[in-house]
Amino acid sequence: MITPQPDQHAIFGEPPAGPEPPLVDLHPGRSQMAMARARLALRSFRGGWAIFVESRIGVLSLATIVLFALMAISHPILMATVWDAEVYDPVTGYAFDRLEHPSPPNWRHPLGTDPLGRDVLSQLLSSTRSEFILGITAALVTVGIATTVGAVAAYYGGLVDSLFMRLADLIIALPGISLLIVLSALFKLNLFYLALIIGVLGGFGGTAIILKSQALSIRVKPYIEAARVAGGGHFHIIFVHIIPNLLPLSLLYMMFTVTGAIFAEAVLSFLGLLDLRMSWGIMIHTANTGGYLLGGTRYWWLIVPAGASITFLCSAFYLVGRALDEVVNPRLRRHTA
Amino acid sequence: MTGYLAKRAGQMVLTLFLIVTLTFFLVQAQPGDYATFYALNPDLPADVRAQIKESFGLDKPLWQQYLVHMKNTFTGNFGVSFGHFPRPVLEVLAERLPRTAVLFLTATAVSFYIGFFLGKAIAWRRGGVLEYAATISGATLFTAFTPAFGLMMIWIFAFKLGWLPVGKFLDPLIWRGAEVSANHVFSYMLVTGAAFVAFAFLVLLFFRRSGRIGPAPLVGPVIGAAALAIPVAWAFSDIGFLALDILRHMILPIVTLTLISFAGTMLLTRNSMLETMREDYVMAARAKGLPEKVVRDRHAARNALLPVVTSLVYSLIFAIDGSVIIEGVFSWPGMGMTLLDAVRSEDLPLVMGSMVFIGLFSLLAHVIVDVLYVYLDPRIRYQ
Repeated sequence: MITPQPDQHAIFGEPPAGPEPPLVDLHPGRSQMAMARARLALRSFRGGWAIFVESRIGVLSLATIVLFALMAISHPILMATVWDAEVYDPVTGYAFDRLEHPSPPNWRHPLGTDPLGRDVLSQLLSSTRSEFILGITAALVTVGIATTVGAVAAYYGGLVDSLFMRLADLIIALPGISLLIVLSALFKLNLFYLALIIGVLGGFGGTAIILKSQALSIRVKPYIEAARVAGGGHFHIIFVHIIPNLLPLSLLYMMFTVTGAIFAEAVLSFLGLLDLRMSWGIMIHTANTGGYLLGGTRYWWLIVPAGASITFLCSAFYLVGRALDEVVNPRLRRHTA
Repeated sequence: MTGYLAKRAGQMVLTLFLIVTLTFFLVQAQPGDYATFYALNPDLPADVRAQIKESFGLDKPLWQQYLVHMKNTFTGNFGVSFGHFPRPVLEVLAERLPRTAVLFLTATAVSFYIGFFLGKAIAWRRGGVLEYAATISGATLFTAFTPAFGLMMIWIFAFKLGWLPVGKFLDPLIWRGAEVSANHVFSYMLVTGAAFVAFAFLVLLFFRRSGRIGPAPLVGPVIGAAALAIPVAWAFSDIGFLALDILRHMILPIVTLTLISFAGTMLLTRNSMLETMREDYVMAARAKGLPEKVVRDRHAARNALLPVVTSLVYSLIFAIDGSVIIEGVFSWPGMGMTLLDAVRSEDLPLVMGSMVFIGLFSLLAHVIVDVLYVYLDPRIRYQ
């Protein structure tokens, strides 16, 4: 006689009441499966979270990202309530209340004004939002492409595999910033195209190779064979069995892509090559073209807020990625579970 | 090994071919062409415009242009630079390539050494103050906004302290009466540097073959004597002060590039060390009673080196990109600054030429890493 395991109860829930309920529900319904999946996901999330919290640097960085996200949200709210658009608009505003620009921080302008009389804090906050949009778009594109390419290349192998891997080799060999400099000179790049280009380059490049090697080790797992025996098609196996198991590693590489995207945008904006309204890179570009950068600490509010924001947000995403690495890669952990 | 190298060389040519194709079609895809770039002048009559188009070969179909471009590129004819007219692109690039190579190779070598050394140390004493300090400062430098960081370095060391020159390649006041060109002096410096590295490597190799554990006692003094002899020899030559001037201009960009790029190697070495430290052979080495330092350096770190070298490819590309930015900030007239200037002045032949050369540069780096890997890991023998 089969006795129900306590585990299975925990996962699939109590067996439905009915005439002669089977001890183990061998054909759980769709909603029950979803529930079971959700509980499993929650459990693995809790386990991962416990490991993540162990890394103090990771938690601190996550807090930094949340802080920046709050900054991004605060800008539209402030513009709608406290700030007058004529004075505080990040691009077209002009601080009439100050006689000379750039003016140092004061009560009305907590981070001073830039050489064109615009409020620096407002610029900083409004740029935060576009950096998040850029970083997350690029990361989603990268991970979407890389996960699919990695899974497909690992699953099919042969010609498909070597085609994608040679492409990845080619992209790795190209220095990204140099290529973006050339591209931005030839075409007008805005935030969306930039995110798309960074995403595509990352997705077909190094990230695809790493995800493919992970997918290779998933492909030989017994449950893939079981799925095949049960009659699962190629599409089903790739998208239902391989890709969900790649997602933790994908999340990790999302973090690194965000860092790269924000950094690339800042460099290109600093060089004055992008078609953007406002960003941290443009703020430093404005200060630089005005000759204020070599003034050192005298005009600190033109450089420090934007420069520090770039550094902090980039390194926060990078360090969260590294903390996630310890979650995903058991060999890096301090204690073996 | 030879067969493997031949295969890699073949792949390299193919990749280079793709890079040239990519740049060609990118330039074709942009709005306008060479001829309109020159012929935008409204005073030009239509037949002159047609003549310009013909002289650029733009009246031919695209595939023919592509073939001509491909043939020209692989025979070393990159055309004439618009911005440096009438100098050919190849001449401009040949002048600037060594400058970038020095900046980038020195910074990469130094940052690799520092990164590996620190990474080894912080993995060995996990959780110490050093680990937090090195991880946070390394990651901050790694993700620091390179242009702002470069300008900050200039401000501190050139403006406030006045120790080093602000930027550029040389000081015109010192070179005013010089009878030799800067490139002449610089090529001598390159030869000296390369000879010294080769000498040090040979000395190390020679003494390592004697079967001792640890560096032989003579290695330090021999290399040190050579390192001392070089500046003395230069000081007695009549171009010594000119070389010193170039050297002074080199320090700040190299230090900056090193600082931003060592963290990648450091963090990777740490992870790699954490993995090898759990291996049985490390425990065996400890059990034998070997000193901690020997276990760390010769058993754990030696094996942790392999994945770090594999990813050296990534850090090389990072350093190439970094040197493009650094050159722009420090006005160091190398490939990166050439690319930036060419991009800003729409000097299309020079853009395409420098992109091809930067691509070639990173491909060469790839191959060097591959060969290094075979040398380091005796388990790998390429067929």
